[in-house]
Amino acid sequence: MDLQGYGAAIVGGLWVTLAVATTSLALAAVFGLAGALAKLSASRALRWAATVYTTLIRSLPELVLMLAIFYGGQALLNRAGLALGLDYIDVPPFAAGVLTIGFIFGAYLTETFRGAILAVPRGQLEAARAFGMRPGQVLRRVMLPQLVRHAVPGFANNWLVMVKATALVSIIGLDDMVHRANLAAAATREPFTFFVLIAGIYLAVTTVSIALLGALEKRYSLGVKAVSF
Amino acid sequence: MIDTAVIAESLPAFAQGLRVCLLLLVISLTTGLVLSVPLAMARVSSRRWLSAPVWLYTYVFRGTPLLVQLFIAYYGFAQFDALRQSALWPLFREAWFCAWLAFSLNTTAYTTEIFAGALKATPAGEAEAARAYGLAGWRLYARILLPGALRRALPQYSNEVVGLMHATAIASTVSLVDVTRVARDVYANHLLPVEAFGTAALIYFTLTFVLVGAFKLMERRWLQHLQPQRATAPAPVPAHAA
Amino acid sequence: MSSARRLLLVLSAALPFIAAAQAPAPTKLRVGVEGNYPPFSKMSPDGQLSGFDIDIARGLCAQMKVECTLVQQEWDGMIPALNVRKFDFIVASMTISDERKRAVDFSDPYYDVPSRWVARAGQFKEATPAALAGRKIIVLRNSPRAKFVAEQYKLSEVLLVAKETDVYLELVAGRGDIGLGSSVVASEAFLKKPSGKGYTTVGPAVRLQDGGGGVGIALRKGDTALRDRINAALKAIRADGSYKKMADAYFDFDVSGTN
Repeated sequence: MDLQGYGAAIVGGLWVTLAVATTSLALAAVFGLAGALAKLSASRALRWAATVYTTLIRSLPELVLMLAIFYGGQALLNRAGLALGLDYIDVPPFAAGVLTIGFIFGAYLTETFRGAILAVPRGQLEAARAFGMRPGQVLRRVMLPQLVRHAVPGFANNWLVMVKATALVSIIGLDDMVHRANLAAAATREPFTFFVLIAGIYLAVTTVSIALLGALEKRYSLGVKAVSF
Repeated sequence: MIDTAVIAESLPAFAQGLRVCLLLLVISLTTGLVLSVPLAMARVSSRRWLSAPVWLYTYVFRGTPLLVQLFIAYYGFAQFDALRQSALWPLFREAWFCAWLAFSLNTTAYTTEIFAGALKATPAGEAEAARAYGLAGWRLYARILLPGALRRALPQYSNEVVGLMHATAIASTVSLVDVTRVARDVYANHLLPVEAFGTAALIYFTLTFVLVGAFKLMERRWLQHLQPQRATAPAPVPAHAA
Repeated sequence: MSSARRLLLVLSAALPFIAAAQAPAPTKLRVGVEGNYPPFSKMSPDGQLSGFDIDIARGLCAQMKVECTLVQQEWDGMIPALNVRKFDFIVASMTISDERKRAVDFSDPYYDVPSRWVARAGQFKEATPAALAGRKIIVLRNSPRAKFVAEQYKLSEVLLVAKETDVYLELVAGRGDIGLGSSVVASEAFLKKPSGKGYTTVGPAVRLQDGGGGVGIALRKGDTALRDRINAALKAIRADGSYKKMADAYFDFDVSGTN
């Protein structure tokens, strides 16, 4: 396969894609945990807000959400900047992409974390409180470690979907792997070569992810008796 | 505050875009449904030569982004002079054909896995009983295994259908004028993100609502046996006949 | 009062001073350019911008005595980017049209060239609506040419592309039968290149009536101060011959339009 010198550019794009995916995952985890806690909270307002968040995001195409947040966000930021007398605030496409994907997948992770939180036996949390632990300590010492085990399958699924969703960020101008492939394809007039190449790279990332996440799940399931058939 | 004139002006375009979105959804779904049933049967087969190729197919198409698959179909194949000279070119030069091809192959892969999973989840007793009755081959599948599997797959399949409807927005990147493309044009011409993307969001939201509602109705009909039971008062104990 | 309220009070008291501080004419401006419209603007692989649009932008800035930064922007995000103040004016061969005037203000035209139909040699004798009935026309999306095609060529199918150079890419790929584009770009970026072998113009040059014609510099709506400065600078560079010098570097015919 003659890449005509664009191989390095494509690999560079891979790092951007992975950077976007991992940073978005971290952000999505934050949004997801916040959303899950809001959904399970005593406050009706918080529960309602979280429901609006997840319902809205899951009812709309990712591409439309991305375009809306990107262009709408720019316009909002611009208006805010004008009101405060500031000059143009440049939002780099990387930040825009990460914020958007993180925000979107936070909604999906809300459901994952909510299920995981509910799966931690109530008795353990009660016992922890009875021992006098503060809510923060209960969260850190009892809930989170067990949360991870229950959340890993949902987390893994969302990661795999997210890696593929990062391809859409090229549409709002991020210089990622798909964008580089587009440029290479236009320059060399060989779109098939480059798109199949990046498809292969995505497949490799998926494969490695599945292997690593499977190992992670095994690690966190140590000591848990699995059902035997 | 919201420029309703712009929205009113762009409604015909949005309506046309909606038509495009629905048409693409229907043709891709139909193809996917038709292809995935036999493929799912092959996927669960104990014969490696049947199941392995299908596994590879679903692995590749679920492991790569739909956007890239679409680009390969639309831009990639056009690279080959052999194709451009052949009788297939009038098909491949059309954005509709390429979009249908990419979306169908993609949804078939996901649906095949969903149906395969549902087939594998067939209670062992059902299959045993059917075999004990002498059912085999396609009759076994058509009468017992498939109806059960399709019902079991309904919730997950409904997710896939909604996901596919959302994915049609990606077709806007290869010159199909769907709802998303109309929204982007309205934004480009009027610089009103709320009016442009808000209208599109409303349309997609409504579509999602309708699809989810339709599947809920289907679940109520075909998964009735899994609905929560309403408690009934215990039958009165007859007094002992004296 | 709470610290948040106090902060807000201080900020709002400072606002008039900040606003007033912007009153004198700015000495630093940002210019939006495309980099994908040869020979008017092109970008080398390492990001260097060059072309007639680039020279005009630099020439105007020198005339206005401002320090300009060129900001490269994809064509289909050009006007939105202007609106969010990513740059202050656009020099990217943007045709003046009534449609666009709803979103931006324009300077006086700085060049004017007609449009031309381009297709495979021998395929079409003329480019009338009748001759192109049932055929697929490739044209730049959301442009005056697209509007022209939509209005005059109702019997033809239309393929809209995101940037001008894609018109010829799709033409060569066989996705459309005939393209409509700027005559200069058609000849310099396509017909005179090896990829354009076997293709030719069809019919006479087309002049679009919409909006007064010509290619102008786009500014945010209401930015009359900057527009007047730019118009004055345009007049000056035409008068002192530097416009002609820039044009002669690229064209052997007169692109200035009515002037």
